[in-house]
Amino acid sequence: MNFTFDGMDLTGRPGDTIAAALLRAQVRIVNRSFKYHRPRGLWGAWVEEPNAILDVTLNGVRTPNCRATTTPLAAGMAIESVNTALTARRDPLAVLDRFARFIPAAFYYKTFLWPSWHLFEPTIRKMAGLGRMDGTQDFVPAAPQRHETAELLVIGAGPAGLEAALAAARAGLDVVLIDDRDTPGGSLIDRAERLEGQSPADWAAALISAFRAAGGRYLPATTAFGAYDHGLFLLAQRRDHPAAPALIRLRADRAILATGAIERPLTFVDNDRPGILSLHAGQAYLNRYGVLAGQRIAILSTGDAQTAAAQFRAAGAAVEVIEAGEGRAEVEAVHWSARHLRGLSLSDGRRIDCDTILASGGWTPAVHLHCQTGGKLDWREDIQAFVPRADRPQILTIGAAAGTFATDEARSDALIAARGDRPALRAQDPVRKAWPQLGQPRRAWVDFQNDVTVKDVELAGRENMRAVEHLKRYTTLGMANDQGKISNMPGLATMAAIRQVPIPEIGTTTFRPPFDPVSLATLAGPKREALFAPPKRLVLEPLHRAAGALMREYGGWLRPAVYTDVEAEVSAARDHVTLFDGSPLGKIDVYGPDAARFMDFIYYNTMGNLKPGRARYGFLLTEGGIIFDDGILFRQSEHHFSVSCSSSHVDQVANMLDLWRQDQFDPDRVFIQDATPHWATLTLAGPKARALMARLDFGIPLDDASMPHLSVVQKDGMRIARVSFTGDCSYEISVPARAAAALWQRIVTTGRDFGLALQGVEALAILRMEKGLIFVGKDTDGTTMPHDLGFAAPREKKPVEFVGKRSLFTETASRPDRLQLVGLACQGAPLPVGGHATAPGQPASQGYVTSSAHSPTLGKPIALALIAGGLGRMGEEVEVYHLGQRRRATICPGCFVDPEWERLNA
Amino acid sequence: MTRHYSALSVLKEGLTGQKGWTPAWRHATPQRDYDAIVIGGGGHGLATAYYLAKSYGLKRVALVEKGWLGGGNTGRNTTVIRSNYFYPESAALFDMSLKLYEGLSRELNYNLMFSQRGMMVLAHSEGEMEIAARSTNAMRLNGVDAELLTRAEVQKRAPILNFSAEARFPIWGAVNQPRAGTARHDAVAWAYARAANALGVDICETCEVTGFVREAGRVVGVETTKGEVRAARIGMAVAGQSSHLMTMLGSALPLRTYTLQAFVSEPVKPIMDTVAFSPKTGTYFSQSDKGEMVFGGALDRVPGFTQRGNPPMMEAVIAGLLEMAPSLSHLRMLRHWAGAVDVTPDSSPIIGPVGDVMISCGWGTGGFKAIPAGGALLAHLLAKDEHHPVSRPFDISRFATGALIDEGAASGIAH
Amino acid sequence: MQSFPCPFCGPRPEPEFLFVTEMGKTRPEPAAEVSAPVWAAYLHDVKNIKGEVAEVWQHLPCGQLYLMRRDTTTMAVLGVQSFRKGGAA
Repeated sequence: MNFTFDGMDLTGRPGDTIAAALLRAQVRIVNRSFKYHRPRGLWGAWVEEPNAILDVTLNGVRTPNCRATTTPLAAGMAIESVNTALTARRDPLAVLDRFARFIPAAFYYKTFLWPSWHLFEPTIRKMAGLGRMDGTQDFVPAAPQRHETAELLVIGAGPAGLEAALAAARAGLDVVLIDDRDTPGGSLIDRAERLEGQSPADWAAALISAFRAAGGRYLPATTAFGAYDHGLFLLAQRRDHPAAPALIRLRADRAILATGAIERPLTFVDNDRPGILSLHAGQAYLNRYGVLAGQRIAILSTGDAQTAAAQFRAAGAAVEVIEAGEGRAEVEAVHWSARHLRGLSLSDGRRIDCDTILASGGWTPAVHLHCQTGGKLDWREDIQAFVPRADRPQILTIGAAAGTFATDEARSDALIAARGDRPALRAQDPVRKAWPQLGQPRRAWVDFQNDVTVKDVELAGRENMRAVEHLKRYTTLGMANDQGKISNMPGLATMAAIRQVPIPEIGTTTFRPPFDPVSLATLAGPKREALFAPPKRLVLEPLHRAAGALMREYGGWLRPAVYTDVEAEVSAARDHVTLFDGSPLGKIDVYGPDAARFMDFIYYNTMGNLKPGRARYGFLLTEGGIIFDDGILFRQSEHHFSVSCSSSHVDQVANMLDLWRQDQFDPDRVFIQDATPHWATLTLAGPKARALMARLDFGIPLDDASMPHLSVVQKDGMRIARVSFTGDCSYEISVPARAAAALWQRIVTTGRDFGLALQGVEALAILRMEKGLIFVGKDTDGTTMPHDLGFAAPREKKPVEFVGKRSLFTETASRPDRLQLVGLACQGAPLPVGGHATAPGQPASQGYVTSSAHSPTLGKPIALALIAGGLGRMGEEVEVYHLGQRRRATICPGCFVDPEWERLNA
Repeated sequence: MTRHYSALSVLKEGLTGQKGWTPAWRHATPQRDYDAIVIGGGGHGLATAYYLAKSYGLKRVALVEKGWLGGGNTGRNTTVIRSNYFYPESAALFDMSLKLYEGLSRELNYNLMFSQRGMMVLAHSEGEMEIAARSTNAMRLNGVDAELLTRAEVQKRAPILNFSAEARFPIWGAVNQPRAGTARHDAVAWAYARAANALGVDICETCEVTGFVREAGRVVGVETTKGEVRAARIGMAVAGQSSHLMTMLGSALPLRTYTLQAFVSEPVKPIMDTVAFSPKTGTYFSQSDKGEMVFGGALDRVPGFTQRGNPPMMEAVIAGLLEMAPSLSHLRMLRHWAGAVDVTPDSSPIIGPVGDVMISCGWGTGGFKAIPAGGALLAHLLAKDEHHPVSRPFDISRFATGALIDEGAASGIAH
Repeated sequence: MQSFPCPFCGPRPEPEFLFVTEMGKTRPEPAAEVSAPVWAAYLHDVKNIKGEVAEVWQHLPCGQLYLMRRDTTTMAVLGVQSFRKGGAA
């Protein structure tokens, strides 16, 4: 499989990760460090890798910051190092390392004060960052998302997890087993540890077969990256690069964490040189990928490394094993020249020539998921590590994650955990401590990616950044893209030594999700473009489009904004008749013997005395007295009302009604049903509306006595209401949605003789503005009360309780300078909406323009505005301020056309 | 010993292994008696202690913090500083804060990395452009810098935003505040702590208030895990712990505590040079100096004190982020976390006396940007026993008079 | 994503639920006899307890209000109860 790295043509093998392929191709310098631009090689072989974070381009898709150790190689990948001015091998910025003493941890807090941070920041920003993203790229394809449940979730298909999953499945539990590798076996594979006379791969495959036969579900290549409340785990299931992993939201009654442990580095001088890998990684590269990390290997280990050494020797390497840790010789120097590791010198005078150092400083159990659920940790002196405390009833941790490293012990603990019991703690042979030494003359790295050294931790200690979170935040230790998987423990231990306290007194930083960085696309799933908050659509949309409508979104609905010309549509509504799709208008039915009393409580206006077949305009308030919505209430019959609320508020109004119903009323005597989607509403408005209605012949009398303004009749499954939002005679015909298209067509055809025009939302906005009728939320704001609009009577006279009543009488509600809705008259172009009214030349806002347009009916500009004390300032002149310009306008009544409302019955 | 921060002192220290630096603040153990006690070692509390010593000359000030300095919302926010507010009361408060921030790095001798890279509030329809104009004009009349940007101007400032024809919410324009920006959040706490310490303030970490000391019906001190501490003046700035502490005094507050989540991506080279917020997608983001996309959105819907993230809002915020800037779908999330924020009914803070204690709380999702003003105003209240004109409208009495300061109200939202 | 039990529909995912209010408030009436501080306390003051709370929640798909006791520090659900006569506990 051919690929390129920093422009070099290289070849890897199927099954390789990018890291394995680079190592196979003998690329030792894979990247540069973040701050000092030191050459860096691979340290790990899996999620713990801090150095090999690379940009990968495949099939034209650039993906920044791919971890080489976990990204499978694909043919044709163009791979680039990050943090380099040129390439990983040749980086002129490496010169920065020579100035390291002048740029210690947190130096930037102490410098760049003069003349200004703004002068330095652009340069600093360019230096920072890891990979380069391509801002012109479109979305990656959407990641699938799904839900799963399980009685038991087992995380980790190493020996412990496999045994636990199999035993639980055989006991009849519904078990899901996941593992972040493509194949099961976990660390057995890395170490080539044979079990029951079989190769680890065969042994693990056999257990997986048995597990599946017992009904278990096994998900390979799946990382549990987050553990959340109530047993929810988020899983990312790998897909072929560059596709974002799939998201699985799995809720489990119980979980067994068999997540293993991560090998710790040794913190010696220049321990960041390329060619220094973890011992475990060295084994993994050999046993998983058949790649030998080096020809002359020095193993530096606090534990037994003879098995590993034998494996390397068998593969052809010369190996020297050196005991590391407390009481053993220290590494005094790492020899590095001409971009190659040459060897190391020890404090006992030994010099070892080698091209590779494999280091092991002990093991850190992977306790992340336990901690993410709020679990605490206990310090174990024997293994010098934190392990999960037994404080999560639904979560058991076994194997290396619990500090039980021996395979046989982990396997028998697994059987206990499979039964739901917590395995007893197993004492381990004490490990040799190998924590960083203080006061070293040269630099030893604690956090490789962020270039944090022991000296930096010492500096933090000196400056009293001693709390573990201060240490992290001050030095950036543990904040790199591995989130401290290998750096946190040496960092804590260093601070413990500085403070001369035991390590557990330092504590740990909080383990936050995700365990491993997870694609944003995985979490977003299909919610993008049209599927991101999908708009509501009209049943008649195809007809609107066919009629040439420009569709726009209003209050969550996609509606016809304009068909031909806004002003022509307005004129048609004033001169002839228009057809308007008013389907989104709310139709919330309220039924029951207490419905009338309920409506009186819900509405600001008195509604209980409304007669059946009649309608009334009113306001719904919040308990704070603010106008929440307005609209017409219909009384369809004695025990049946319909709330016709604003189209954008239907869901909220329906729920508000239901909350009050259940809180203040007998829920068996009032019932609420939101029937909005059931109906389509076609509105005819204009002086010829009544004549057109007569021609359409719905079989109802249309005279003013039988069907006056603000009335409703039900006929043949239709609801026909006479209401008006334009000031002209107007009918709303509501029919079941399935019947809407036929009716629309009939009206259009019949209407030709009456000069019928189609009318969109934009024309309606002008028609109602000409009449001073409001849109709630546009001509009102979150302070507006009904008396601010001139509707003061119920506040003063309505005797019974209603929602928000008491709030209408606070000190603020009674102020004379409240913002009140008025009209504004001006010369020239329409006033800008959003312009603020002021006294001439003054800066203080006295309110603002809420709606404004050229009135085709009057041939001049009109506007509505909320003005402080406006209802008492008729005729007063104000200035309207907009983006630095000021214009004169005169306060006037809000109703511009037909203030006597004679057209309603014309 | 080196105390003053400058490039020169870092260079000089570089020659001697950076070994001459002194602690940024002392570890103090509380004394029996002080002129003033400030409860809460977040940004607001530390700033209060600093201004008490600096502006009002109080010599004996103690600050008590139950954990580590800046460990609450100061260290958990998304670092945005802005004063793009509608109502004059809010503009006065937050622009006072912004102005203090503008001089703060030098005043405190600590680079807070306050980067005035501007903040755009996007508008996605004609109606939203009208609201944007309303906001822009209000800001200008309030004396705050603001400009109304066209779509093309938005694209010039942030080309990675979604200008595709398929965008769910097409960008029409934005309200931009050029002086807005971001700062290094932890550094604000550390810098105030260092400066307060230098003025003699006792900063007592891991010192939790467990009760209040009363004499003759008056609160005269606090009981802490490190003993009783007395002072005639007690100030409190404890965010999500406000209700908990005030319950000890028998007072209920109009506060509810919610989880607010925040997120960072893995770092990438600079590609986003400003802060952008889309009210429609519910997400805002900026790119830190380190290269991470820092983003957040709305409060969790379940009240609580957990300080940890929860997937429903996380997924909503991230979907919103990608809809704002689809190319970010190629990035990974590095980390997400949460803070406990105390939210008032009008989403504006409460500053002023409650019983015998001066409190500053209810900063909700926006406390970080207010730290300097919040501290200066609480210090004024403690020192003078009366409101500063800027804090008076934020007194708790507004809930009884109905004089709420609800910024959401300005955009037509009825609460 | 939490999982809440609705007394009518059983365990359902968190996004289906709406927090309504703390238990224990009574609407003061009639308006004419309610002082400004009493009204403000009714509108705005909350106990906001860190720990065990009793709250009114609504399960949006079925619309029913019910009592839920839970712990605001651990997010553990401690129990639910219908407000309806004869409703499931």
